[in-house]
Amino acid sequence: MATIDVEGVDVSFPIYHGNSRSLKRTVFAAASKRLQQDGRHRIVVQALRDVSLHLRTGDRLGLIGGNGAGKTTLLRTLAGIYEPVVGSVHVHGNIGALLDPNLGMNPELTGRENIALRGLYSGLPRAAIRRLEDDVQEFAELAEFLDLPVRFYSSGMVIRLGFALATAIRPQVLLMDEWFLAGDAAFMERARGRLEDMVRGAEILVLSSHSVPVILDWSTRVIWLDQGRIMADGPPQEVMDRYHGVAAPEANPEISLVDQSTSA
Amino acid sequence: MAAPMQSADGTALVAARRRIGYRAPVSATLDPRGTADLVLHSDHSAGARQRLAMRDARDGLALWRLGMTLGWFDIRLRYRGSVLGPFWLTLSTGVMIGALGVLYSQLFKMELHDYLPFLALSLVLWNVLGSVVTDACGSFQQAEGMIRSQRMPFTLYAIRVITRNLLVLAHNVPVILVVYAAFNVWPGLAAVAAVPGLLLWMVDGLAACLLLGAVCARFRDIPPIVGSVMQIAFFISPVIWKPELLKGPQAALLPLNPFYTLLEVVRAPLLGQAADAQVWLSALGYSVLLCGVSWALFARVRGRLAFWV
Repeated sequence: MATIDVEGVDVSFPIYHGNSRSLKRTVFAAASKRLQQDGRHRIVVQALRDVSLHLRTGDRLGLIGGNGAGKTTLLRTLAGIYEPVVGSVHVHGNIGALLDPNLGMNPELTGRENIALRGLYSGLPRAAIRRLEDDVQEFAELAEFLDLPVRFYSSGMVIRLGFALATAIRPQVLLMDEWFLAGDAAFMERARGRLEDMVRGAEILVLSSHSVPVILDWSTRVIWLDQGRIMADGPPQEVMDRYHGVAAPEANPEISLVDQSTSA
Repeated sequence: MAAPMQSADGTALVAARRRIGYRAPVSATLDPRGTADLVLHSDHSAGARQRLAMRDARDGLALWRLGMTLGWFDIRLRYRGSVLGPFWLTLSTGVMIGALGVLYSQLFKMELHDYLPFLALSLVLWNVLGSVVTDACGSFQQAEGMIRSQRMPFTLYAIRVITRNLLVLAHNVPVILVVYAAFNVWPGLAAVAAVPGLLLWMVDGLAACLLLGAVCARFRDIPPIVGSVMQIAFFISPVIWKPELLKGPQAALLPLNPFYTLLEVVRAPLLGQAADAQVWLSALGYSVLLCGVSWALFARVRGRLAFWV
């Protein structure tokens, strides 16, 4: 039984831009009263504000929102990469985070070495890493390229390898950024079965995307994030309608903006 | 546990998969390391921080195989495509020691029998100390991509740095052996006493990685400062000069130099001598201090590291 419980989470990024990051600034700030105040005026970006959500086995959550709405930050927080400043995150079940298109692949290493590394990152025993290698080799169809550094691969090959690797390990809680569903059509057709298998195998899916069809296709519940806040949370179609009502009000004249603010 | 959602067109899906040659992955049973609970509270009490830091260290040490593989790949990548590979390390150290040998014997007419084995060993060992310290500065920044894409114990990256440097040391060992053979000086059984010294180095190295890795991720001016401190330390510590050169009150101050005592606990046994109790006491004292400071800082800032790198 996998669960995710997020309670009142705030995540903020300190921006140590230019000088304020340096030791000089900090030392001088400590030495002088006036500068100390400057030093304290750190610029902090509030990436998530008072986010609460609860997910149980079988939930498929879609995250929607514009750029910088906090979708990826929320995924990273659920993955335990960013620790909350306020609030709590409790995830029960092993987590698979597909956030970075390269999944930490090192382009200088060969495909085979990258596979071995991924296996080790996931804590797989030796025998399982060998199976992982066979599986990825079969799906990615890289043949002898598997023993060449990844930087010599065509972009299609890199996607195939990344995808095969990412889908070979089955987590209970799957956190996925949208890039993952953005392969070219021919590849996606072949990939879809494998992806569906993994998503079905996962007890909880959290997917972030800009794309309405992707969200409607994969989720049973949608959260709309804007500037780090949850604007709406509910059944996909309902949340989508409201999201579109704000994003393109002229396209949905029947939804008035006043309704939006009162119901949000 | 979750029953796979059965689609109404299950048979159609199977047929479609057959058409495109899809097969279920053989690794469908691959299970990432057992069920682990991720519990993060904004509880910033010292106890909560200690627990999380302890868990980080435990998980990191459990992943030692990964840490060592990463370190090994670092070395391999540095020399990928070169004919000699990591043996360039051996060769360049060998050439340097050889050149110094010629220089000292021809130019300064020195008796090399004692000095060259000492110099070769000192330089190789100092090389390890110096590069552990400078590498430690980048231990987290270097792993930025990984830190941001998956939750991993930070201790893992410290293990990687230590492995990398132990591998460099291993490649330099043949140079020492050649010098020993050339002068037919062997430390004998006393060399075994270097083992506890090396273990102490590894513990201190991990502590240095956690401490400097965190500080340097936050303050980007620290690495150049560390670089110059290490350069000064090289000259003021008896690395290329023998500690016996110091007489009287200066000699008494020598054990206060942590670089000297840490170097000596490994170097003395490999030269067939025993490091004296004062040296060990100082080395252990500084190590305890380093580990204490490092742990306190690491526990304090661990949760912020992902934002800093």
